[in-house]
Amino acid sequence: MPDIIKFSGLTKSYGAACVLDDASLLLVGGRVHALMGENGAGKSTLIKMIAGALRPDQMTARKNGQDLALRSQADAMAAGFRFIHQEMNIVPQLSVAENILLGQPTPTRWGGLVDWPEMARRAANALHQLGAPALNMRRAAGSLSPVERMLVKLAAAFVGHEGAQAPCLYVLDEPTAALSQTEAEALFAVIARLKSQGAAILYVSHRLNEVMQICDDVTVLRNGRVVMTAPLANTSKDDIILAMTGRAVADAFPPRPKPVVWDFGDDVICSAQYVATKSLSGLNFTLRAGEILGIGGLAGAGQTALLRLFLGLEPPYKGMAKLMRSTVPQSPSAAWARGVAYIPQERRTEGLMMAMGTRPNAMLPHHKGVFARLRNERAQTADLTARLGITGAGPEQPVWQLSGGNQQKVIFARALAQPPRLLLLDDPTRGVDVGAKYEIYNLIRELSAKGCAILLASSDLPELLGLSDRILVLQSGRQTGIFKTEGLEPSDLLRTFYAAQPATKSLISETI
Amino acid sequence: MIPVLRHLGTLIGLVVIVLFFAVQLPDTFLTARNLINISQQIAMLAVVAFTMTVVMVMNDFDLSVGSTASLAGIVAAVLFAMGVPIWVGIGAALAAGVLGGLINGALVAFLGILPFVATLGTLTIFSGLAFFISGGETIFGRDIPKPFAEFARSGVPLDGVGVEGAQLPYLTIVAIVTLALVWVTLEHTVFGRKLYAIGGNIEAARLAGIDVARARLAAFAITGFGAAVAGLMYASRVASANPTQGAGLMLDAIAAVFLGMTMGKQGEPRVLATLVGVLILGILDNGLTQMQVDSYVREMLVGSIVIAAVAISSLGRRT
Repeated sequence: MPDIIKFSGLTKSYGAACVLDDASLLLVGGRVHALMGENGAGKSTLIKMIAGALRPDQMTARKNGQDLALRSQADAMAAGFRFIHQEMNIVPQLSVAENILLGQPTPTRWGGLVDWPEMARRAANALHQLGAPALNMRRAAGSLSPVERMLVKLAAAFVGHEGAQAPCLYVLDEPTAALSQTEAEALFAVIARLKSQGAAILYVSHRLNEVMQICDDVTVLRNGRVVMTAPLANTSKDDIILAMTGRAVADAFPPRPKPVVWDFGDDVICSAQYVATKSLSGLNFTLRAGEILGIGGLAGAGQTALLRLFLGLEPPYKGMAKLMRSTVPQSPSAAWARGVAYIPQERRTEGLMMAMGTRPNAMLPHHKGVFARLRNERAQTADLTARLGITGAGPEQPVWQLSGGNQQKVIFARALAQPPRLLLLDDPTRGVDVGAKYEIYNLIRELSAKGCAILLASSDLPELLGLSDRILVLQSGRQTGIFKTEGLEPSDLLRTFYAAQPATKSLISETI
Repeated sequence: MIPVLRHLGTLIGLVVIVLFFAVQLPDTFLTARNLINISQQIAMLAVVAFTMTVVMVMNDFDLSVGSTASLAGIVAAVLFAMGVPIWVGIGAALAAGVLGGLINGALVAFLGILPFVATLGTLTIFSGLAFFISGGETIFGRDIPKPFAEFARSGVPLDGVGVEGAQLPYLTIVAIVTLALVWVTLEHTVFGRKLYAIGGNIEAARLAGIDVARARLAAFAITGFGAAVAGLMYASRVASANPTQGAGLMLDAIAAVFLGMTMGKQGEPRVLATLVGVLILGILDNGLTQMQVDSYVREMLVGSIVIAAVAISSLGRRT
């Protein structure tokens, strides 16, 4: 009799924003269940809740008809749930054996010394039971390949902790994000083994092909609600894509001011002809003043690298990449000096000085001369704060005290303090609430109406479609096509991300 | 109460120390002569600590300041002994300091070596170089030109402001000028803004178009220059130069900046706060010497005070 684990009524909201609305999930032992949805659909919130790491507004969890209380991570562990996260947090300095048995009491001999042979035996046994290839137990875990690290983490989860119940549910969050195809196959073999031993597996992934290959059931989340849950045998790729993207996406985006001009002038801001860099290839496009060029693709397809080509951090070694009729800048400081502004993906680590206020953060790239002009800085900051609607902050209040949306606006204030000629946006609304999102979209529209050229990388499909004039699609760093957005359906676009062929014939494709 | 302690604990500590010595040494401590004396005693430490603040704003360190100071003194003295004009000797010593700072900066900024490791390396190199140039000897006596040695013993007469017979030592004036220059640099120039931004988040600063490498190079050059100035002040004060005489400056300078950092709103170094740190260390030294407290006890006390100040401020930060 397989285990039946049922979660229902999962609800969580932050203030007015409801990230998860009465979702439910039914997991059965011996089956692999895919959880899919776009970024912000509520997947990670759901996982954190069943892991006991996030307090739900409402949740019922039952295992074989018995109520489970999941108030802490220890509760989830005791219930037999195991979580393998995207960031593979192994301890690189320790050996493979130590990593697998981390959290276990260390076997000892001779009155307290570590029993190394016993450790190696137990760890090897865990890997063997998983059906994973054998590893040298004494190797430092830091020297392992990504898939080997994943297997070590799985083995560690498999061994479990003292006193905890045998694992009945494995949750794998984007496990193949860093893996190659062959490496992924090794992981799938282990998943099959776990499945045959009767464990339920919740498999979170953006990769549709994988899901079709290894999963038995699928649940799709959109805007915090379950929009589809079915055995995979009864559905198709297209159904899933449709469920993920939905239809009514266009309304959430401010329209281009009328009259819509599809014909941008001759003012070429940047261009690439047959450009290749360390991680990119086959780049061919022209971006004119006032145009928004979206960059689409699966996570990690080279979107950030393409933006950084014009920031001087991704030197081209082939082809001709130009910024305003001259070669691309050699460094970020040269790029900013030439009118490029950059909004990075990770606002905490790459964007903001968290302990400093709005003023120093926003003014940073715009100082001129030798002496700083505090009065001028204050006036400009006040101006930007009002224009962008940054709320709840004095100009000197450390930005870590602000909400995510306001923090993102501070970074926009930095980019806008002097009107840029080229704006590079890397996931500009990541982790931003709906209201702030719309304001940010308005800003982007406003800038482009004033003639700023914009390169927009986004993992948010509706955003990409709602804002861009054209979309450049990357696959593993290679440009596979450029599509006009007008009349493009989300499902068509998503299909191009997965497509094995460079361009789908039914779409209008252009090289420049 | 806690927030007050957090920002002002160190300043309160300074007041307590002054009051303590004023009570213990009623006749000698709070006299114009002693205060002038203190200002002269701490002048070298002050110059090094102020310029050390410049690199510490970026979360960097310079461990080599002590040996840079010694090296600068030796360079000047060796040149004096060869009979070159005073200004040539001084210029060469300052140039050596700037060069040393540029080397530190290049190692850190272009090769990406941790400041701790890079300046630990140059600490030994500069120290060895000072021994090498001087042949391990102390250079003194007739080799040191009179005007150079006179400088540390003279000052601006204070008769006009009511302190008869006393003078404001030139060494104190050098320290005050350094304070003013560093304060303007850090608080009122574009360069200073960039340094604080680098200290706030170095990767974000780079992506926001700050030339991080150039700023770091310049900051280390300033610190090297400050160390050389302090080395010359020291040599002038004792009218001699030996290859180890700056050695004690580094730890005290870093301690002074740390004491000051406890007063920063977000724990960042500010040069005026560094001044408070310098005053605490200098006044303790002066007062305890007058009370004839053993110098080893003094060391234990200074270490405990630094730890206590930082502990109080980090406890406050956690709430």
